Amino acid sequence: MIAEQDLVGRGAVEGARLMRDWFARLDTAAERKETAAYVFVMGSLAEILRAFDMHLVFPEINSLQTAVRHVAHEYLGMAEDYGYSPDVCGYVKADVAMQLQGGKHSMGRLPKPALALATNACNTYVKWAEFWERYYKIPMVTLDIPGSRRVGGGAAPGSDDFERDRRYLEVQLRELITECERITGKSLDLDRLREVLDFTNRMAAAWKRVLELNQTRPALFNALVDGTVYLGVLNALRGTREGAEYFERLVEEMEYKAAHRLGTLAEEQYRLLFVGVPCYPIFRRFHEMFADQGGVFVASSYLWFAAGGLDLGFQYDLSRPIESLAEGVLVGVGHAGDAMLFHDQSLIEQVDRYEADGIVYHPVKSCRTVSTSLAGSRKAVMKARDIQCLYIESDMMDRRVVSEAQLKNRIDAFFEGLGSQRLRSAATTA
Amino acid sequence: MRYAGGVDVGSTQTKAVVIDEARRIVGRSLIMTGANVVTAAEEAFQAALDDGVVREADVGYVIGTGYGRYKVTFGNDQVTEISCHARGAAHLFPGTRTVLDMGGQDTKAIRVTETGDVLDFCMNDKCAAGTGRFLQAASFALEIPLGELGAVAQKATRPVKISTTCTVFAESEVLGWAAKGKKLEDILMGVHRSIAARSVSLLRRVGVEERITFTGGVARNVAMVAVLNELLGMELQVGEDSHYMGALGAALFAMDRIIAGQAAPAGASA
Repeated sequence: MIAEQDLVGRGAVEGARLMRDWFARLDTAAERKETAAYVFVMGSLAEILRAFDMHLVFPEINSLQTAVRHVAHEYLGMAEDYGYSPDVCGYVKADVAMQLQGGKHSMGRLPKPALALATNACNTYVKWAEFWERYYKIPMVTLDIPGSRRVGGGAAPGSDDFERDRRYLEVQLRELITECERITGKSLDLDRLREVLDFTNRMAAAWKRVLELNQTRPALFNALVDGTVYLGVLNALRGTREGAEYFERLVEEMEYKAAHRLGTLAEEQYRLLFVGVPCYPIFRRFHEMFADQGGVFVASSYLWFAAGGLDLGFQYDLSRPIESLAEGVLVGVGHAGDAMLFHDQSLIEQVDRYEADGIVYHPVKSCRTVSTSLAGSRKAVMKARDIQCLYIESDMMDRRVVSEAQLKNRIDAFFEGLGSQRLRSAATTA
Repeated sequence: MRYAGGVDVGSTQTKAVVIDEARRIVGRSLIMTGANVVTAAEEAFQAALDDGVVREADVGYVIGTGYGRYKVTFGNDQVTEISCHARGAAHLFPGTRTVLDMGGQDTKAIRVTETGDVLDFCMNDKCAAGTGRFLQAASFALEIPLGELGAVAQKATRPVKISTTCTVFAESEVLGWAAKGKKLEDILMGVHRSIAARSVSLLRRVGVEERITFTGGVARNVAMVAVLNELLGMELQVGEDSHYMGALGAALFAMDRIIAGQAAPAGASA
């Protein structure tokens, strides 16, 4: 029997440690002049790359770390001095600055890339990977993942359209495998791939369960703060034993908290949904502006589109690993695309499922891809549900466009609105 | 007689209002905020007390609002100016469903219930485009007192188009038009139209629902009211006390607290 004090909060502590260890391993790899595959969170194809024992570098994670550590402006300034516009994505610029400094960043050093891998899940990904391709003169693989870009999502698994898409993607995965074989000098070991896929299966099942458990009242974890730690592990350790065990232990923690009604906030007043990318330059303070007024983020679209599809709990069929991997990528990346473009229906369902009182939309200057559709989504959700929806704009990297006083003003007004709405509801039901 | 106070510490001006139990304004004041926000709040409140011939000891509750609301150190609580403008507007103009507040740094569009509860709101971005600061820049560039801008602009016959949305660049654009020999009134009307267009965009984001009440310092500008009426195709509600709407709303919330029995003992001094 594990003592409560050893169980509650374990996921946050272990997650932070795992991320530190991961960065330390990358630092060691850089020191040993080993190389890595540079990949993105949406469609990382970690399973194939791990089967070749390649190090994975996630530039999005490295970049956000600079913002959380309050040094992003140094990196952004360096990239702008190099010629990048202030309007270019802050993640890209921080990464460019790291590469210009030989891979130096706030958590150590990065191994140089041997492969750049991008998908069409984000339109910036391709141009970003082209920078590595040119700067390091390395091969770049771009996966064209079919998606419908229409409400209701792409082709449904089992349909003819889906099978055609799957075959189209499978050919591309086989090309990626050939490129990895060329780079590493190894042949793909299918049993090793199955082992990696199995770890991902365990992570996906556990992650889905963790998200479901936060429907508990009071909420067990804050989707913005704790969720970001979990998301880091989910991507960095995807397809590893460490990752699978971490998430299974996280389920154990959350089930304990649910059974004992141990909420993440001492006094949960308002259950909120978060849409967009967190405000990393003032990450802790941003969270406090909500938590201080009893607001807890019970779910976040970030844990959806940046989870590489793992929130669906998709299970790979180990008897046909490459075919099934193609299915999983199609479903997962398509799902992430829906999260950015067509999330209003899903948000309405989440409002009901999580018994949310309000939604916070956080468009960011850096990313028009995830921000463009938010105004329309907000209108659609407000039409469908009598719910307060706050729309606050800042950035996930650039503190020059983060005005704390203005954010606080809007957030305070949002809570005043939540309070008066609750009074009106009480008066109606009385 | 019990009184309640509201102090609205804005980026440019600080306003204070004292109301009685019948929720009538008995004292008001307006001063420039300046560098010392705490002092500005104190002085404005004292001036409102003097204006209403009310003793501070008779004021049961004071609420601070505006950007400097946490600097109203003698106050009992803080409420955002978004809620306060909504509340004040619904009080002075029953039937208000939308509020447009144009201040020195912010422009807000607020959709409200019949009792003045905020249903939705939208504000200008982080820059001061489309706010009173834009008018201030024009006033400075053309050397026309702020209070006279509206009257001059109304004489326009061929308004120019101001294309920049940046308050800083607006000054050079205004001077550029002047250098081309454009009449001051035509340039000024261009400035008013530029600001009004951005405000109307904010209103449309929250949904324009009649009736609309126009609050904040810029509500005193006759040209701005006329342009907004024209663009919206309806007449905005503007009152003598539109400038004090935030402070009034704060005072109304303060009176609610007194009546609800939550008020601190009379004498709200810190």
